[in-house]
Amino acid sequence: MQEPAITPDLIAKHGLSAEEYDRILEIIGREPSFTELGIFSAMWNEHCSYKSSKKWLRTLPTEGPQVICGPGENAGVVDIGDGQAVVFKMESHNHPSYIEPYQGAATGVGGILRDVFTMGARPIAAMNALSFGSPDHPKTRQLVHGVVEGIGGYGNCFGVPTVGGEVRFHPAYNGNCLVNAFAAGLADADKIFYSAASGVGMPVVYLGAKTGRDGVGGATMASAEFDDTIEQKRPTVQVGDPFTEKRLLEACLELMQTGAVISIQDMGAAGLTCSAVEMGDKGRLGIKLELDRVPVREDAMSAYEMMLSESQERMLMVLNPELEAEAKAVFEKWDLDFAVVGETIAEDRFLILHGNAVKADLPLSKLASTAPEYDRPWVETPAPSELAPVPEIDPIDGLRALIASPNYAAKQWVYEQYDSMVMADTIRNPGLGAGVVRVHGTNKALAFTSDVTPRYVKANPVEGGKQAVAEAYRNLTAVGAVPLATTDNMNFGNPEKPEIMGQFVGAIRGIGAACAALDMPIVSGNVSLYNETDGQGILPTPTIGAVGLLTSADDLIDGLPRDGHLALVLGETRGHLGQSALLAEVFHREEGDAPAVDLEAERRHGDFIRAHREWIDACTDLSDGGLALAAFELAEAAGVGVTLDAGDTPALFGEDQARYLISCSYDKAEALMVAAGQAGVPLATVGRFGGDRVWMGGSEAPLADLSALYRGAFAEVFA
Amino acid sequence: MRAAVLVFPGSNCDRDLAVAFRNAGFDVEMVWHKDTDLPGGLDIVGVPGGFSYGDYLRCGAIAAQSPISGALKAHAARGGYVFGVCNGFQILTETRLLPGALLQNAGVKYICKTVTLRVETTDSAFTNAYAAGAEIDIPIAHHEGNYQADADTLARLRGEDRVAFRYLDAPNGSTDRIAGILSENRRVLGMMPHPERRAEPAHGGTDGAALFTSLSEALVNA
Repeated sequence: MQEPAITPDLIAKHGLSAEEYDRILEIIGREPSFTELGIFSAMWNEHCSYKSSKKWLRTLPTEGPQVICGPGENAGVVDIGDGQAVVFKMESHNHPSYIEPYQGAATGVGGILRDVFTMGARPIAAMNALSFGSPDHPKTRQLVHGVVEGIGGYGNCFGVPTVGGEVRFHPAYNGNCLVNAFAAGLADADKIFYSAASGVGMPVVYLGAKTGRDGVGGATMASAEFDDTIEQKRPTVQVGDPFTEKRLLEACLELMQTGAVISIQDMGAAGLTCSAVEMGDKGRLGIKLELDRVPVREDAMSAYEMMLSESQERMLMVLNPELEAEAKAVFEKWDLDFAVVGETIAEDRFLILHGNAVKADLPLSKLASTAPEYDRPWVETPAPSELAPVPEIDPIDGLRALIASPNYAAKQWVYEQYDSMVMADTIRNPGLGAGVVRVHGTNKALAFTSDVTPRYVKANPVEGGKQAVAEAYRNLTAVGAVPLATTDNMNFGNPEKPEIMGQFVGAIRGIGAACAALDMPIVSGNVSLYNETDGQGILPTPTIGAVGLLTSADDLIDGLPRDGHLALVLGETRGHLGQSALLAEVFHREEGDAPAVDLEAERRHGDFIRAHREWIDACTDLSDGGLALAAFELAEAAGVGVTLDAGDTPALFGEDQARYLISCSYDKAEALMVAAGQAGVPLATVGRFGGDRVWMGGSEAPLADLSALYRGAFAEVFA
Repeated sequence: MRAAVLVFPGSNCDRDLAVAFRNAGFDVEMVWHKDTDLPGGLDIVGVPGGFSYGDYLRCGAIAAQSPISGALKAHAARGGYVFGVCNGFQILTETRLLPGALLQNAGVKYICKTVTLRVETTDSAFTNAYAAGAEIDIPIAHHEGNYQADADTLARLRGEDRVAFRYLDAPNGSTDRIAGILSENRRVLGMMPHPERRAEPAHGGTDGAALFTSLSEALVNA
């Protein structure tokens, strides 16, 4: 086949700037071949190289005594005691999901699961954070159906419980939805597998499904803004097969037990190219690949297509040659391909052979380590203007408006499409707050949450970044867990715009400060930039996924309010209404500053909850929607009414941070009050649970009516 | 007491079922789908939930043709006990060890939630530890759980007291709210709900545990 000539147009289509192309010429001292251009484009795109974000990501706290492996590998690894580790990461699949929602979301789940099991961990929990456009935008309904079915279709078949997540709607996502997939797995701390190749002349083995033309150029597509040619990009989306992934999981875990694996890396973005370069670069070795040996499912694939295909459910490993027969037998047992496709070499070369011809011959280390890195210009986000007065509202009317909105209505329409109980270790189901999964065969448990309030981040990136981490900390605390570590999925617009880059820098600062103060280091993450369509950026959305540990599942806080329980608020209520849910949903105003986050108070209040968990029957964090929404949600889950003494809008709907709502008996409340006095933390009785009505100040409604509204509102719009 | 749990390449509730059997006092052996024989001295074969062969073609259809299915049918023909959960129930209908078929849920969507079942018969080794008519909470998690059979089959199932469990509110469109059925000799049970997911206090309830203790008591007393 005649390969296309290298023209400025072809270079631009590969997402490479003129300066980047000059750099390629400088590195190799000649014009690249078509395949080589594709390889550079795959390695140097934003998605794979983090070229705009690296400088700032380096500032995040990534270390701690609990951290076994921080960012840089497929996923982060954190010690959970007894020689066990939790391995986790969150990753976006935004662009593919917008183009082809079912497959885009499904392969997002598949990719993050592979990131976890390529390190030797069996996936035990998944979450998904989803951001869609306005509910009444013509495209939203189809995206919601497709994405939710895709997540369920993949995760349910693979057999990992989906135990949490978020679903939000805002017009800023009309042209660019966000699908952030989280997965966590369990491994023995001394049996973690890494990607660095070692040893010269070691066989490089291709594992899993066959290679097709799907997803060619996907990573480059994911690094560009959208415009009206988006429909033409559908073929760049990969197609997933969870049945193959399930077999790949079992085969890889069996293979790892044989001792045959020197290093292993999943083929994700930019497939064979990215995985081979990673393994070689980390091991300071070269890699030679013979593409005629790659298992393919389509005829006459070119070297370019094979190197850039993003076909799913594939792995690359460096094999201990003495154990080749054992390794091959495992893959035959699971009916998966196993093919030696190359070897490690001593020279710094990435040598690609196909049909007796050299298709690429590049200095391997230059593809990875010296990928471009930019210090993009950025401007500080201007301070938000003062919040104009917010009128008082009848509190029940305010509550109704919130729970009738798809943003705050019950989401069972979504999470009942996900298997949340497979593996029979789920001990706290999705619905309210963190999901909790038992560590199989032990009495330990892990708690999972994902959080961010994009309105806050837009108004004030630093406080918004802090708030996302603080809310994750509170959600883990509210189930009795000790927060362990964090993964961040940074979704932003075009980083070439200084104001967008300013949002990114601010959010990183806030996240870094909060992770340091709350002892939740960042151990993995993903950056998704260029989330813009026709120049319109999304709300800055740094999704925080966090994991907490319960050393005994008996410490789980999972009760519900009972008739006669008191309602107490831990933390100070000032009535901050800027950027609140009430302001946005009822008054259609997104104004004012984000609530300030006092990280020391967060820490004190979290420690207080954990220290006194025996007096706390039910607990939830207060976040957007404030006390009114949290109290209603707890009451609704319990099927018991609630009376809140306050009737004024700031007290009920304010979104001050570092607060929890606690429900417990009168006797326990007394004990808590004494303890709070001694600890110097603010704790106040704000009402009581009981009856079958919801009272706020002088306003009231039957719980059953509100419950019907809350449970029906989402399906009303989307079913 | 000895139980075998079949493992198809896409099974994903095999471990869960094995744990529930073990907690009820069974020795459990996992049996690979490419095997052609079951271990000797078995009391019961469990066919677990999951997506046996990716649910390609029809759920359970390819599993019904797998190498192990001959041994499964022979075990049942000898009067051995068989227990199929979810995809296991689909496999048992595809192997014709149980009548009828499981179609796509009436609402077209996958459903995972805890639902209430009524125990319709205590006249089986699977259900004798329940009180007749007891209402129990058991999770479902399926996309194809809509039980359908022809009128004659349904009449026989009812007439012979072979409906083991009914949903209080059928979430999936099942005829006559059927959630689980017994074979003619009452030794094969297939059900869509997952009792192994509601068998320990940590699961939030233990209504499923009695099914496994029923079995172990029946086998001890047999």
